[in-house]
Amino acid sequence: MKDGLSVILKKYGKDKSQLVSILQDIQAEYNYLPREALEKLSKKMDIPQSHVYSMATFFRAFSLNKRGKHIVNVCLGTACHVRGGELILESLERQLGVGRGQTTPDLKFTLESVNCMGCCATGPVVKIGEEYFGHMTNDKVEPMLKKYRE
Amino acid sequence: MTFRKIDLVSRQNWQSLYNGEIIHILVGTATCGRAAGSMAVLEAIRREIAGLEGKARVSEVGCMGLCSYEPLVVIVKPGDFSVCYHHVTPLIVPQLVEGYVKGDDPCLDLALGTVAGGGDEAVYIPELDLFKHQARVLLRNCGYNSPLEIDHYIACGGYRGLSSTLEMKPAQIIRKLEKSGLRGRGGAGFPTATKWAACSQTKGKTKYVICNADEGDPGAFMDRVLLESDPHAVIEGLIIAGYTVGAGQGYIYVREEYPLAIERLEMALKQAKEKGLLGRKILGLGFSFKIEIIKGAGAFVSGEETAMIAAIEGRRSWPEHRPPYPAEAGLWGKPTLVNNVKTLAYVPLIIQNGSDWFAGIGTGNSPGTALFALAGKLENTGLAEVPMGTSLRTLVYDIGGGIKKGGRFKAVQIGGPSGGCLPEGLLDTPIDFDSLKGAGAIMGSGGVIVMDEDNCVVDTARFFIDFSRQESCGKCTHCRIGAHHLFSILDDVTKGKGSLKSLEALQALAEDIREGSLCGLGKMATNPALTTLRYFRAEYESHVLEQRCPARVCKELTAYYILPDKCYKGCDHCVLACPAEAVFSDEQGLKVVDQVKCTKCGSCELVCPAEYNAVIRLSPVSLVPENRRTKPQTPVKEP
Repeated sequence: MKDGLSVILKKYGKDKSQLVSILQDIQAEYNYLPREALEKLSKKMDIPQSHVYSMATFFRAFSLNKRGKHIVNVCLGTACHVRGGELILESLERQLGVGRGQTTPDLKFTLESVNCMGCCATGPVVKIGEEYFGHMTNDKVEPMLKKYRE
Repeated sequence: MTFRKIDLVSRQNWQSLYNGEIIHILVGTATCGRAAGSMAVLEAIRREIAGLEGKARVSEVGCMGLCSYEPLVVIVKPGDFSVCYHHVTPLIVPQLVEGYVKGDDPCLDLALGTVAGGGDEAVYIPELDLFKHQARVLLRNCGYNSPLEIDHYIACGGYRGLSSTLEMKPAQIIRKLEKSGLRGRGGAGFPTATKWAACSQTKGKTKYVICNADEGDPGAFMDRVLLESDPHAVIEGLIIAGYTVGAGQGYIYVREEYPLAIERLEMALKQAKEKGLLGRKILGLGFSFKIEIIKGAGAFVSGEETAMIAAIEGRRSWPEHRPPYPAEAGLWGKPTLVNNVKTLAYVPLIIQNGSDWFAGIGTGNSPGTALFALAGKLENTGLAEVPMGTSLRTLVYDIGGGIKKGGRFKAVQIGGPSGGCLPEGLLDTPIDFDSLKGAGAIMGSGGVIVMDEDNCVVDTARFFIDFSRQESCGKCTHCRIGAHHLFSILDDVTKGKGSLKSLEALQALAEDIREGSLCGLGKMATNPALTTLRYFRAEYESHVLEQRCPARVCKELTAYYILPDKCYKGCDHCVLACPAEAVFSDEQGLKVVDQVKCTKCGSCELVCPAEYNAVIRLSPVSLVPENRRTKPQTPVKEP
């Protein structure tokens, strides 16, 4: 963990205004915000831990918990909502056996929801990793997951 | 290099592409296209035209706005029709390539229509109802020009506005904007010239300009489409803004949820720098300007300008009191101009085509066009750009093609979580800043969600309040706690637990939240609840008085029921699909939903074969016949 973090911290120097970008980089590196990384960040950049924590919990994109290999993101924007996005979320919760914001014990999947990905016309939409799945229905959930289960 | 030279080179490159013998294949690969599978189509086309170098070429383009027809492919054939194909899959790619790239059959049966040529043989797309009522100003390049190649933008008139700007005095530019009547497209419709003048007149060596691309409305995607399809238009507008107010640094604040927009912006910035249109001494003249992209981290409130400034400074996105306005003291306390993506994208066109051109589109008080993201229960979903003053009816019925599957229109929610829900009686309201405000909605972000009889307005209000409550930054008590209470009242109503008193409380609380919140997001968060209560009171009343949800959406008030006379005993689809094992067979083999076990996921309704169509929803739940509610207990056999 040390190397990746050092590179990130070096890139930003002492520029405290870049805190959001630094946290984004740390999350991109480790898939979540590890406690040790935040402690080190706080020390190196001379930012109080309380402030780092307040930023990490204010913004929805950050996670303080380990996340799975595949991030399953269900869109719950307005357009997806009126077309039954919640039903897709519930179906995913059943299939994966975890609730929203949780990770499967084998660290394969993390189930998250997002308030709009901007592909409203193809809703309900699910995104796994970088791949989008439009016009979702309950019966498409299992076949969609299958590919990622292996 | 002078602009004239840059322009010449771009035009030559463009003409060598389009005037030659090469067949040009355009694939829409914006996010909406990708969600529909356009990347696989692109790959298939690349495979099929391998070996045809010098004869055919494929380009990625942005979004035409026809999201419901994605994936879209346009084949531009020199001296022949340009044909647009819809719902393209990798399987039909060989047929298209064989037919129209290698051969002369335009495969019109697979086409939506032509974008050039065609005459009587095919539908001419710009004449479709869908397009006829539109005025594509901001969308002019979207879906036709490659966002990955700056030459395309320049050859079609791009950066000419910037080139003229650099020969003008800031005061002249502001006068031009003032004459055009341009109002900010972020939602509130503040006159752009006034904002620019304030920032320009504030004294200070260091100033900033920010492009607000934190599209927060969970049902709007025009900013995304513009950034993905025509990023240079926004960049050009931002540079002009920087020159006018005297800023050397610009920021584009984009949602992290838009990775493709960020990628394309980065590429566009790089290309603009290489051409000398951005960076030190732009076009060899005295003005230098830098642009940096800042990625948002998922907070709706960041779209509020003071909150956005806080996020850029490395703080939590908390809105601040205004005044002082950012134009006087913004980022790092310096004068700062914050404008929405669309507002900035209009600016180069106004410089180039003149104020009168812009003022001539739309209405007197709201000139120009309005860009809407049409979603919900419409035949044609996607983006539409109409002159201001167009009626909502035209937007829903002519452009949107009416309600999907012949359903009945119920309401249109316009302006997102800060907007309002309008009934059929208000469909003739002209779309402009002031008329919409009068009806209780706002132009807002331009998200338009159309609802039919199967959507519940109480549920929709609950949805928006739930959104606003989660996204409340927590600074003001009225918004932070008020929204929670508002949500719990609405939640009770959707469960049939409320009373007429709840509706009174709802009204009073909503008005208090409006009074007691600092920023626009808090103030307007109650609009969805207030407008639905104003226009759809009867629907609220049936929830609380009859425990009935007329749209049969609210789960607690709705039951799934299988009609025995339509059910077929040999069919097991619903039994197999039910995740809760709630469907069982009665003694005749007909299926029954156990109301105790049912989680109301809707799987049975989804899988019931169309020839039976036996699953229906009932509300109130007491409509389910008593003898078909639960599985009868099997009597325990005496030993």
